[in-house]
Amino acid sequence: MYIIVVGGGRVGYYLTRALLGEGHETLIIESESRVCQGISDELGSVCLRGDGCEVSTLIEAGTERADMLIAVTGDDEDNLVACQVAKHKFKVKRTIARIKNPRHEILFKKLGVDVTVSSTNIILENIETEVPTHPLTHLLTLVDRGLELVDVKIVPGSATIGKLVKTLSLPSGSVLSLIIRRNSKPFVPDSDSVIQAGDRIIAVTPSASEEALRIALSGA
Amino acid sequence: MKILIMGCGRVGARLAGLMDGMGHRVTILDANSYSFRRLPSGYSGTALVGNALDEEAMKRGGIEGTDVFVALTQGDNRNIMACQIAKHIFNVPRVICRIYDPLRQEIYNDLGVETFSPTVIFADILKEKLQG
Repeated sequence: MYIIVVGGGRVGYYLTRALLGEGHETLIIESESRVCQGISDELGSVCLRGDGCEVSTLIEAGTERADMLIAVTGDDEDNLVACQVAKHKFKVKRTIARIKNPRHEILFKKLGVDVTVSSTNIILENIETEVPTHPLTHLLTLVDRGLELVDVKIVPGSATIGKLVKTLSLPSGSVLSLIIRRNSKPFVPDSDSVIQAGDRIIAVTPSASEEALRIALSGA
Repeated sequence: MKILIMGCGRVGARLAGLMDGMGHRVTILDANSYSFRRLPSGYSGTALVGNALDEEAMKRGGIEGTDVFVALTQGDNRNIMACQIAKHIFNVPRVICRIYDPLRQEIYNDLGVETFSPTVIFADILKEKLQG
């Protein structure tokens, strides 16, 4: 695959190294000559100096034959424009943008950027997973459906322990998909399943009801 | 008419003064309060510190209910993104975007943003003058 990476900062550099390692033809576009020189010294001639939002630079980069463009500069607005220009002017099939402000995700999707990656959200999700007392972890966001797949831990002392699933006041649209219990096979809960301490419940919920689901499952 | 202007540089400040003088309701937004020194002394509109790429700042600036949004910062991409937020998130009926780069201007014109490029306009004016 031919992949263009816009932005030669740390993310762009390591991403390119990984993509090259996987055997993809990869080009970085970076505007600062010093940074560009440094990348070329280390990775070979894979860096084009220029503005990745500018049509002339993208022509030089051979963008019309690129399979993918990934914009990872530190500025959301630059990443947005690089992806939009690639998409609309050069018909690049897949565009990926790094975003700093997680709230920009909706706008980017609306404007035709195929994938957004929010470093802020990823760090947050990893912290949630690593902090043992944190009851709710995001596993997956289905942006176009407005749904979240979450993992809720039932910590000892929760008010819901010993209760039947049908007695929980789950927010509408939320579905408990799976219960993962120690010393037992994961099972799909039904209305008569009993919540136990230490259970991990995998659930699907509308994004807006996430907090309500957490409260329904933890009892507080 | 209710107007929200982003970027209180020379053009932004002047436009804000002119529209305010004509009796329109003007709000001007800039990331740096020092920029507001450029506003004319009789300016009776609102001046707000804020970044228009931040939806909260846009709301404080009264974007909901604004008739026209004008983006006049120094950054083409910043203007482009702010205008698309105004148009697609807040459904502002008219958004106007300054884009210095003529090629980028064409692309966003095609994408339905009302754009103008001072580069093109000024070069054309100079060309006329030199020919005349």
